[in-house]
Amino acid sequence: MTGFDDMGAEIFREEASELLQSIEKGLMDLEANPEDTEIINSVFRSMHTIKGSGAMFGFTELSHFVHEFETAFDDLRNGRATVSKELIGLSLQACDQIGKLMEAAEGTGDENNRILASLRQLLHPGSESVQDDVQVDPVPDVAQDAEQAPSGDITTVIRFWLGADAIRLGNNPALLIDELRAFGDTKVRALDDRVPTLGDLDPTDCLVGWEVEIAANLSDDDIDMVFLFVRDEMDLTVERRGAKPLPTEKTAPVEEAATPVATKPESKQPTSKPQAPATPTAGETMRVATERLDELMDRVGELVIAEARLQALTGASGDPAMLSVAEDIQRLIAGLRDATMSMRMVPIGSILGRFRRLMRDLSSSLNKPLEFVTVGEDTELDKTVIELLADPLVHILRNSVDHGLETPEDRLAAGKPEMGTIELGARYSGAEVLITVRDDGRGLNPQKIREKAISKGLMTEKDDLSDSEIFRMIFQPGFSTVDKVTELSGRGVGMDVVMRTIASLRGEIDLTSEPGHGTTLTLRLPLTLAIIDGMLIDVGGERYTIPLAAVEECVELPATHAVGTGGSSYLNIRGELVPFLRLRHLFEIDGEAPEFQKVVVVSSAGGRVGLVVDRIIGNYQTVIKQLSQFHAELKFFSGATILGDGTVALILDATQLVALGREVEMRARREAAA
Amino acid sequence: MAKTVLVVDDSPSIRKMVQMTLTAAGYDIIEAVDGQDAFEKATSSKVDAVLTDQNMPRLDGLSFIRKFRETSHSVGVPVVFLSTESDAALKAQAKDAGATGWMVKPFDQNQILAVVKKIVGA
Repeated sequence: MTGFDDMGAEIFREEASELLQSIEKGLMDLEANPEDTEIINSVFRSMHTIKGSGAMFGFTELSHFVHEFETAFDDLRNGRATVSKELIGLSLQACDQIGKLMEAAEGTGDENNRILASLRQLLHPGSESVQDDVQVDPVPDVAQDAEQAPSGDITTVIRFWLGADAIRLGNNPALLIDELRAFGDTKVRALDDRVPTLGDLDPTDCLVGWEVEIAANLSDDDIDMVFLFVRDEMDLTVERRGAKPLPTEKTAPVEEAATPVATKPESKQPTSKPQAPATPTAGETMRVATERLDELMDRVGELVIAEARLQALTGASGDPAMLSVAEDIQRLIAGLRDATMSMRMVPIGSILGRFRRLMRDLSSSLNKPLEFVTVGEDTELDKTVIELLADPLVHILRNSVDHGLETPEDRLAAGKPEMGTIELGARYSGAEVLITVRDDGRGLNPQKIREKAISKGLMTEKDDLSDSEIFRMIFQPGFSTVDKVTELSGRGVGMDVVMRTIASLRGEIDLTSEPGHGTTLTLRLPLTLAIIDGMLIDVGGERYTIPLAAVEECVELPATHAVGTGGSSYLNIRGELVPFLRLRHLFEIDGEAPEFQKVVVVSSAGGRVGLVVDRIIGNYQTVIKQLSQFHAELKFFSGATILGDGTVALILDATQLVALGREVEMRARREAAA
Repeated sequence: MAKTVLVVDDSPSIRKMVQMTLTAAGYDIIEAVDGQDAFEKATSSKVDAVLTDQNMPRLDGLSFIRKFRETSHSVGVPVVFLSTESDAALKAQAKDAGATGWMVKPFDQNQILAVVKKIVGA
């Protein structure tokens, strides 16, 4: 059974951090609704679980600390204390401390005592610090080996009658006798003198007694241990026969029953009423290791590829029976794929708790009162995506509070409410999830950004960019508009890191801002990462996939553009100029282009670019395979997929291609201006 | 045939510990996350013993035991009550509710195994 402890500790940490988050959420909810006893109970329950499990896995100090914290909190539950801002603040500190104790598992005793003392002081002003220790009285060691009392020829005779209810309640006299047998040779005899006549007999009552004669001298402790759970209700006599008769005939009950307890009738209502959790539990769940889900997804991916091969073969054979089976399989696999993907989905609400805490801390440290609103907490995203999103979102939220919101004085001067609002919302939009962070602060200043970008050499004076293009400059590496570096944001690593993370998730960022009214940042993320719908295209006999989500439309390449190799050209699509890239040229493919080429217009981050291809093959289920390290330099591909015939098709990276298109466009404008 | 033990605790780590311990000793384990879940599982499948925590959302341990004991499914099924407090009053309440035995947290793997062996046999 060794080796469990490490693993147990790991499971405990994971569980405790979830509970800690729910405590923090509860505390903050409590600040808003101080009277809500349901919240208090739910916080209390979480603390209790941390305490209990902590003690089991050797987190003694943690368990002790939580016990004290819980004791203080108990006063709230019993109405002896009321919720105050100070109490919540201190409790949050206590939560941080619990987090530390969980990681370190070693001495931070001074801090423990300081927090606990403050809590006590707050709840019982003037009282001395009460040092009531945790009573973790270990269960009597029932596992102790049945020791043979070394005592010559003494035999112990035990007679016992369990209560009439005993067997109904799950007691098994045979097991008790087996335990006694372990002490030595045993003779057992049933005692039926208390069994009534058949007419009065309830066959489920346990009325038979047993006389067990054991060839050993059992101590009272030995006997107590055997009858540990039935001692209170049973009749027991013990007799010791042998050379030196010991004090015999000891009757039950002993110390356990010495504490008289008012027995309540069974019918009485439960003393502690069932407590509804503060947030509804969503169905029944089980934990599965992420790797297993990844593996499942991998296999489903392989299945999709194999199925494509099957489609190709059956399509070629034209056998109707085969075709119908192939279609069934296709349908089943589609269902399996969807079910597998949905398994990986978790509501975004699962990370919002962290943000509430962050916003509260930011608000108080920057002295900017704010209201943090969340919308669409139950919007679901792939678990991997959610985890990777946490850091960028923290950064964005920090920026919103630090740079976005004005000081209360400025707000009042601008005729706005003193308290700022930051909204974090999530919603579905097609195959994407949109996550928006909106503040009602001062908005971005295009002029200032422009100057900054020029001074950093990110653009030139001559560049004539729209406001939205200028706003995008903040995502450039090394860009920061605020010269003063605060403790919270503006440490050089900035929005460019956010941009990179989002791009690595095949997501995009949109930014809109209205001076004086605030800024809205929208993250557009694919619902899942593993399988996408793609458009299969052909360039010079090689096949490539374009994520369908990025495709806007497909048009014929006008004959006037049919020839030419240059990087930059424009296409007039319904009056709008769209730059286009010849993939033949980009991928350095020799040979003649076919007579009628197609243009696939892809969009990304607000920009558009047309991709000239030889042929559009059609929509295709794309199972994304990561490219290896060796291919990290390949800018225009985000991955690869395996086609039905077993060949590999590279997946085009729309974001990169649009960026290239924009670069080409800027160069063209500059050349035109020169 | 392996005996089936229903483990009721809202703490996944405790369930895991009990589950690993008992599985290694040859028991079959069913897990339940609270009293309500436990009641549904205990009355819909055959269990040979139940280990239940007290402090749980929806339905606490004592209430679960009372509710379970009102049904015929509970006849002859031992229920061990697990609690954090070594409180005699709580033990008595558990007994009253129909618990067969009890254990005080923290317990270790040997203890849990000893108690289960004691009430359901190997």
